[in-house]
Amino acid sequence: MLATADLDALFLTFKVASISTILMLLLGTPLAWWLARTTCTWKGFINAIVALPLVLPPTVLGFYLLVFMGPVGLIGELTTWVGLGTLPFTFAGLVVASVLYSMPFVVQPLQAAFTSIGEHPLEAAATLRASPLDTFFSVVIPLAKPGFLTATILGFTHTVGEFGVVLMIGGNIPDKTRVVSVQIYNHVEALEYNEAHWLAGCLLLFSFTVLLILYTVLKTQPNVQQLK
Amino acid sequence: MLLTSFQRTIIISALLLFGQSSWSATVLVAVAANFSKPMTDIAAEFEKVTGHSAKLSFGSSGKFVAQMENGGPFEVFLSADEKGPEKLEQAGLTVPNTRFVYALGKLVLWSSKPGYVNDQGKILTTGGFKHLALADQKLAPYGVAAVDVLKKMKLFDKLSPLFVQGENIAQTYQFISTANAELGFVALSQVIENGKIANGSGWIIPDNQYAPIRQGAVLMKKGAENPAAPALINYLKSAPALAIIKKYGYDLAN
Repeated sequence: MLATADLDALFLTFKVASISTILMLLLGTPLAWWLARTTCTWKGFINAIVALPLVLPPTVLGFYLLVFMGPVGLIGELTTWVGLGTLPFTFAGLVVASVLYSMPFVVQPLQAAFTSIGEHPLEAAATLRASPLDTFFSVVIPLAKPGFLTATILGFTHTVGEFGVVLMIGGNIPDKTRVVSVQIYNHVEALEYNEAHWLAGCLLLFSFTVLLILYTVLKTQPNVQQLK
Repeated sequence: MLLTSFQRTIIISALLLFGQSSWSATVLVAVAANFSKPMTDIAAEFEKVTGHSAKLSFGSSGKFVAQMENGGPFEVFLSADEKGPEKLEQAGLTVPNTRFVYALGKLVLWSSKPGYVNDQGKILTTGGFKHLALADQKLAPYGVAAVDVLKKMKLFDKLSPLFVQGENIAQTYQFISTANAELGFVALSQVIENGKIANGSGWIIPDNQYAPIRQGAVLMKKGAENPAAPALINYLKSAPALAIIKKYGYDLAN
């Protein structure tokens, strides 16, 4: 059965994933909108940066975060200067890492959804004197709803599945950084296969259920283009 | 029968080629993270002396045990404890009577800041740090030893909220060397150079503060047919290897 430590790890994982997903939607929506609309020469450059975590090994990201967010790193000096302290081994650090790590899974479906809306609905809204902001909330968001759903689900589940980055910067602290993927790894290393089975089974069931909802109830196509 | 020089060349090459493989083999070794530096040196000497070569994998002992229980390919196992090799022996995966203690591990309280860790580790009592790194006590014997020390100093309850745990001792070292943790417990072999702590500051913890870290090695059945595997086990007991082990601060088992 699941021990208290396992339940704590599950709860912490969903907490990290929820907060990260909200942040990613808040940051990712304007970014995806800009990327979908802009003709700026920097577009390719920004696209490449956003997609980087898709191809980078999590250990690379984890290593850089450990070094740069530490007390002698640039980001670490900055966060200490503004009074936040250093981020490794903290819940906030985990959220920052998750946002960086899962961002492409939020930005890319949104960008694809925004691009597919095209010019016509926006022009129609403009002729009805809708302000750009009004257009965005009354026209773009409803039309891009499937994109938002995909972005939310993929961003959330990808954060739940995060392992390598957390292992590098987490420090395995109960209720702060000991997420479920790390807990499973520790169970396996400690040869506690029974406990590992329970937790792993939970995650398998969760991941499959979410994808099932995504592909059947919400009728999203398993679209490779959206993910790329 | 007379052979042309061409035929002779072919035969000699073939002899050299196949002969080579019988007396110059490669052994795959699973090495506990704390022993990575000495083992790299030992493997280099081993290759020079015997002509065999050793491929080293570093990681936590627990992970290696889990992998070998599930068919992992390692032929020699250098664990950070005695438990791992014993467990594999009970599972019938090792060559009988090949298990032995190759080193006694030494624990050190270490900081990458010079002058930070003072004599007798008084810093642990005075405090002023936010993170204390140690290896996960569930996974690593150096973590168990660190907990021993803290309990003996009656500081465990006070300091446990500050723990950041490395999955193995190498990761623990990484937390401290990047200064993310101000100080922590690592293996002496990780910070020693020419008999001294090379960087930062440290306190080599006296032996009577923690249960001995008896590090066991064993020959796996996977390596029974490979001449390089028993050769490595034997080389580990040789004087040059023992000298390297001592150089990295370990004690030798009697």
